[in-house]
Amino acid sequence: MTFKGKTHVVGDHIDTDAIIPARFLVTADTAELGKNCFEGLEEGWVKRVTPGDILVAGENFGCGSSREHAPLAIIGAGMPVVLAKSYARIFYRNAFNMGLLLLELGDDIARIKDGDELEIDVAAGKIANLTSGETIGFNPVPKFMMDMLSGGGLVEYVKRKVEQ
Amino acid sequence: MRQTLAQKILQRHTDQPITADGQIVQCRVSLVLANDITAPLAIKSIRGMGVKKVFDKDKVALVCDHFTPNKDIDSAEQVKVVRDFAREMDITHYYEGGNVGVEHAILPEYGLVGPGDIIVGADSHTCTYGGLGAFATGLGSTDVAAAMALGETWFKVPETIRVNFTGKLPEHVGGKDLILFTIGQTGVAGALYKALEFGGEVIDDLSVEARMTMANMAIEAGGKVGLFAADEKTLEYCRAHGRDGDEPIAADPGAAYWKEMTFDVSSFSPQIACPHLPDNVKPVEEVSDVRVDQVVLGSCTNGRISDLREAAAIIRGRKVAKGVRFIVIPASPGAYSMALDEGLLRIFLDAGAIISPPTCGPCLGGHMGILAGGERCLATTNRNFKGRMGSLKSEVYLANPAVAAATAVTGFITHPGKL
Repeated sequence: MTFKGKTHVVGDHIDTDAIIPARFLVTADTAELGKNCFEGLEEGWVKRVTPGDILVAGENFGCGSSREHAPLAIIGAGMPVVLAKSYARIFYRNAFNMGLLLLELGDDIARIKDGDELEIDVAAGKIANLTSGETIGFNPVPKFMMDMLSGGGLVEYVKRKVEQ
Repeated sequence: MRQTLAQKILQRHTDQPITADGQIVQCRVSLVLANDITAPLAIKSIRGMGVKKVFDKDKVALVCDHFTPNKDIDSAEQVKVVRDFAREMDITHYYEGGNVGVEHAILPEYGLVGPGDIIVGADSHTCTYGGLGAFATGLGSTDVAAAMALGETWFKVPETIRVNFTGKLPEHVGGKDLILFTIGQTGVAGALYKALEFGGEVIDDLSVEARMTMANMAIEAGGKVGLFAADEKTLEYCRAHGRDGDEPIAADPGAAYWKEMTFDVSSFSPQIACPHLPDNVKPVEEVSDVRVDQVVLGSCTNGRISDLREAAAIIRGRKVAKGVRFIVIPASPGAYSMALDEGLLRIFLDAGAIISPPTCGPCLGGHMGILAGGERCLATTNRNFKGRMGSLKSEVYLANPAVAAATAVTGFITHPGKL
């Protein structure tokens, strides 16, 4: 699993109301949610995104409500992977269930700036910052979560279990 | 092994021996919950899973409380999806209309949750039931869909932070102040992935409703659950709400905690969480010059009958300040009905308050009291994130019900003792 794209950096404690405000929770459609991604942070935030871009956040990303619309909005906006210092736990589960990959970088997150070009090799556990020339590691994704993600998310997992 | 409350409850619901924190265990659940915002996604996932029926139609609760009474066509369509699903699956505990209230207020009142249970809900404030001694936590819609299908889910056994409260609570200081103070100490990520377990003499004396107020906001410290031992008070509450056969449950003395904190509450003031994070907490004296446009009394945190009584006692015989909107939202039909019988609604109406039907309403910026740019609200709710109650340029302060009533009277954030 590899990703290449330009980064968009947001801050610490970005909550799910910032990712997708409650007034947009009248739909479960990924593309529709994506149009309003980060509307609670800044009006029109999503306009800066080109599909394949990489979201970079600080500490406790995705805190607040349990709304699965939050990872869906990020996917819908065209960002397939998030890098952060740390994540809120409900958001962490939701993201993997929805097929959004989250990588936890700890303090190394400071080595990535807004607009940097990154190349991520998940299996090798390496991020190449093409802008700065640095190579950055990340905490391994628990095998349990990676299996879930590569198996198509939780819906597919339960489907197989129900069929058995 | 001497067990924390989290370990003890999880062990009752799994056949895998729990030997350490951090272990991943598969647990049977007692109740699975979703609401009008999260259930439609869960239903979509259940269809995708090819599931034809839920694991137990008596152990699923669907509560249409967030945007109800439906605020617009889109929210009406979402409730319709939930209603049709409830009919198709013959769900026993479906709530909409006259029996609906804020989910975390009604489930305890209807006797659906109790000590030792595991409850998962597609709502982050599911942790409220920790006040009854239940391991209760929020999950996303698809995790909840899986739990509805299989009757089980996975948990990482959390490390526990034990918080002890000693001393004597001053007047006008209660559960809301204890939890706001705690969040101010830990920070919004201080209990990330952890269980919070509350105890000490102050907690022993605290009402069950106040314990639920505290458990409710464990998530605001990043916590997975906020746990209280189930004691005689808990059992009395459960019996009064139609439950039978519950038993006390508590952590073992000498259980291993990740961290322990002890606070003497004797000199506490009412606590205020200032914009824009719940950990930006100050004693009321430090923010008493802040003017407000709106006051909201309600929510899964502080919309119960004890909260309405506390606020009514302050505002009785007084008037809401000119230019301030005081919105009172009983969190459940039960609280509404008792407030009517006890004359509390009369007190609020005479003071000039607006009384709303039970709903989550403005707490999450849904409806029934949205803020314009530059407006400021003091609320008994649980989150003051930027834009949470409306415009990105509005502000929310969090406080207890007595402070809310006093603030409605003066138009400035006010210590109830100063009236």
